[in-house]
Amino acid sequence: MSTSNQQEILAKTLHIVLADKLVSSQFQHDELTIIVHAQHILSVGELLRDNPEFAFDTLIDLCGIDYSAYGDSLSVRHGLRERRFAVIYHLLSVSLNHRLRIRVLVEDNEFPAIDSVTEIWPVANWFEREAFDLYGIVFNNHPDLRRILTDYGFIGNPFRKDFPLSGYVEMRYDDEQKRVIYQPVSIEPREITPHVIREEHYGDSEF
Amino acid sequence: MAEIRNYTMNFGPQHPAAHGVLRLVLELDGEVVRRADPHIGLLHRATEKLAENKTYIQSVPYMDRLDYVSMMVNEHAYVMAIEKLLDIDVPLTAQYIRVMFDEITRILNHLLWIGAHALDVGAMTMFLYAFREREDLMDCYEAVSGARMHAAYYRPGGVYRDLPDTMPKYQSSKIHDEKKTRIRNANREGSLLDFIEDFTDRFPNYVDEYETLLTDNRIWKQRLVDIGVVSPERAKALGFTGPMLRGSGVEWDLRKKQPYEVYDRLDFDIPIGVNGDCYDRYLVRIEEFRQSNRIIRQCVEWLRSNPGPVITDNHKVAPPSRLDMKQNMEEMIHHFKLFTEGFHVPPGETYAAVEHPKGEFGIYLVSNGANKPYRLKIRAPGFAHLAALDEMSRGHMIADVVAIIGTQDIVFGEIDR
Repeated sequence: MSTSNQQEILAKTLHIVLADKLVSSQFQHDELTIIVHAQHILSVGELLRDNPEFAFDTLIDLCGIDYSAYGDSLSVRHGLRERRFAVIYHLLSVSLNHRLRIRVLVEDNEFPAIDSVTEIWPVANWFEREAFDLYGIVFNNHPDLRRILTDYGFIGNPFRKDFPLSGYVEMRYDDEQKRVIYQPVSIEPREITPHVIREEHYGDSEF
Repeated sequence: MAEIRNYTMNFGPQHPAAHGVLRLVLELDGEVVRRADPHIGLLHRATEKLAENKTYIQSVPYMDRLDYVSMMVNEHAYVMAIEKLLDIDVPLTAQYIRVMFDEITRILNHLLWIGAHALDVGAMTMFLYAFREREDLMDCYEAVSGARMHAAYYRPGGVYRDLPDTMPKYQSSKIHDEKKTRIRNANREGSLLDFIEDFTDRFPNYVDEYETLLTDNRIWKQRLVDIGVVSPERAKALGFTGPMLRGSGVEWDLRKKQPYEVYDRLDFDIPIGVNGDCYDRYLVRIEEFRQSNRIIRQCVEWLRSNPGPVITDNHKVAPPSRLDMKQNMEEMIHHFKLFTEGFHVPPGETYAAVEHPKGEFGIYLVSNGANKPYRLKIRAPGFAHLAALDEMSRGHMIADVVAIIGTQDIVFGEIDR
């Protein structure tokens, strides 16, 4: 079990070893998160895998995230500012039994691109394809960057916050043309439960 | 000399051995696979995007539909992530109930796996045997949640309701007269716990039955031994978890290594394989049947003697009882708020993982303080396993691809999400 004590030691070692490659580190819910600049991800990844003190032999998860609707105050607090996209890596060391989360803010909001880590962890192959498909983040030097989850010929990046939940096109069988056709969506977007953020201490008793 | 070229073959998505909607493009040299390119996403429902537009509690039933053969374990990871962010405690009884149902789910999952895997390889009987036992376990699901599969039973803060005192019974019909029905209902006279205990008494014998059919079966061994061999280092690099990793001889199980709920209080062993082939993975899962059975027995014993609350009394998260709701104004407000707006989760991010029957099932949850998640990422074990199909099947015959799909225990609900 990776206890908080173990995680603190890991955080300290990371600060020493990574030095200026590390932007900042956070500790929340017994989980350690480090933020790394996009240009360093390959060297940091290699170091984390090969250094016997870290030995992160498995990439457990890789996902994209779109921070554009995260809320201004939170974005500033987490150092996100003008960056829209980030890639989150969840690392696991099977041999040393500890975990680490890396957040890499992707440079360009219009054309987000970052180096692929498939050379370091082969499992990243499909995860990166997924992030490319859903968020449009391009992974440089990826061996086979194709869409993975969406339909053949799909247009757009469906998990971006500005992509509507009901999408743009719908499919149906057309009896005249005797084939399945695409057409613009006919349903109205609707919100059943509104999205609400309460101010801090909302509903607390005054006494 | 005639020029011989490789040819590509399309496999699925409508193929019984494709375990759902897998489309495989195989490049073949004669009967030997040179490259396998799985096309996934035919069952993609954008669960993660849908969850961003629903309150936390409304997404619980979506979790059932991810890996639709291990429903409650999916919910478990999801509610654990929420509980971590909310920083609430779960009553001990609820933790035991969760562990018990996790293990029931593990047996359910492995039963489907062994049935389907054996059917793919050519043994029809296993499928019928496995579904006989699944029936009993689904009845447990039904008794506790009202649904045979998509239970929505785990809730943030505990489980939805306490274990029932009675089991649903069969009714006599044209086919089963009253005498027959009485025999069928014999083990359903007591509570749910009695029924589960009766099942755990019977189950080891059933596992022996499966083993007589398969373990030393000549055809079974010919089809599985030395097929899809993965070395321990390679398994880790490919992101394998669960029985796929243990089959390669790596001793890794979240229930032991990073125990959650009450797994550290229970006595069970972790089986591991030696060669990392399909046969070893089969043996690992067979032993997991027996170990899960052991865990269930311990949970039943504990739950018998320790009744208690099954959901947190923090009514900002869990609904109050009907009686309190009708009599107390504050509880009325809590009830109304919970079922309209839902609860709010403090800003932050967390990753919660459970030992799913297929591997490590994780939920990465980002909240910005709203009543809906900001981002939900589901880490499905099958996704990483299927990604390795290309590497595992290269150089094997086309019939072995079916055995490898079977050993990976693929379910498309979780891979396509």
